[in-house]
Amino acid sequence: MIRLSLCLSILLFIGCGVKESKNTNFENSDLVKNEFIPADSLGIPVYNFDQLEPFLNKKDDNIYIINFWATWCAPCIKELPYFEKINLQGKANNYKVILVSLDMPSMWKSKLLPFIKTKKIQSKVVVLNDLDQNRWIPKIDKNWSGAIPATLIYNRKKRKFYEQAFTYEMLNKEIQEFR
Amino acid sequence: MKYLWANFILIAIFLSDTGYFKEIDKGYDIGDYATDFSLPDINGKNVSLSDYKEAMGFLVIFTCNTCPYAIAYEDRIIALDKKYKTKGVPVIAINPNDPNLQPEDGVTYMKKRAMEKGFTFPYLVDNGQKIFPQYGATKTPHVYLLEKTNQGNVVRYIGTIDDNYSNASAVKIKYVENAIDAMLKGEEISITTTRAIGCSIKSR
Repeated sequence: MIRLSLCLSILLFIGCGVKESKNTNFENSDLVKNEFIPADSLGIPVYNFDQLEPFLNKKDDNIYIINFWATWCAPCIKELPYFEKINLQGKANNYKVILVSLDMPSMWKSKLLPFIKTKKIQSKVVVLNDLDQNRWIPKIDKNWSGAIPATLIYNRKKRKFYEQAFTYEMLNKEIQEFR
Repeated sequence: MKYLWANFILIAIFLSDTGYFKEIDKGYDIGDYATDFSLPDINGKNVSLSDYKEAMGFLVIFTCNTCPYAIAYEDRIIALDKKYKTKGVPVIAINPNDPNLQPEDGVTYMKKRAMEKGFTFPYLVDNGQKIFPQYGATKTPHVYLLEKTNQGNVVRYIGTIDDNYSNASAVKIKYVENAIDAMLKGEEISITTTRAIGCSIKSR
């Protein structure tokens, strides 16, 4: 009978534990405005998906950690320091961190640049500005619903996509599996 | 003891066969039957799909007050409701965010937003955050088109409203409108699922 209840609790645990926790928090944000800003005036690259794609398919000896985020996404902001920490260990470990911002054009100058400056972001930041999301989201991962934060980790041999927020420990553990 | 084990295996097979695990894991696919619900609107009055006796279907939209994408689509959601309510497909908006994690998605703020924008559709609170996981919504806005049949409400389309969040006048493909139009004509829906960037739903 003890074995029975143990078994039952394992079964229940599995049943309920399938959905990973998505503890999230958001701050309020500006209304979306359609505003043209010349990309070269920003000082950080602004790509469409075709321009970004080569960064998602490098064939060298590095481990690429590509994080999709935005300044309006609170859980993204919360996990950003963990990516920064990984980036700092980059040289010694062949880690390449790229923070792909999905901020809207109206927020590039008002939110994104000040954020990079005040938080002293060291990782490479690029902006992905491509409206045809239904075309490129499945190309990044066929199961990605489009919710952020989301992260792609890959090297020459394997790639894994995470539609979730990370703690530093979780992120580091995942990266170790690529070494 | 052997007998018990066998029983367990049978139960597990039964549950996985009935889609019990799948439902918890990833929500609905096209063709699945969507659950009805009884959720309070901004005035505390409970709303269910079954209240709409004359409806041909529903546009269930998980949305919120705070996500820039949700805000960008507010006017278009109102326009969808105005256009399709009279054709039997009303919008039912559900705010899935836990106000304990995101105070500005609390009911007082929902009421304020609905008044300011003149929402023409019910804006419901996903009390206890129980409905959005069943549908498999992951973000706001996240749209489910349901067709009412004798067997229940069948999921016909899942995804985003159109292909340009930032500029309604530059939209090339109106995914949701195309899906509703085809559904009402009894035609096959050409694009049944789409993806878009959105704010992940805030839930414990």
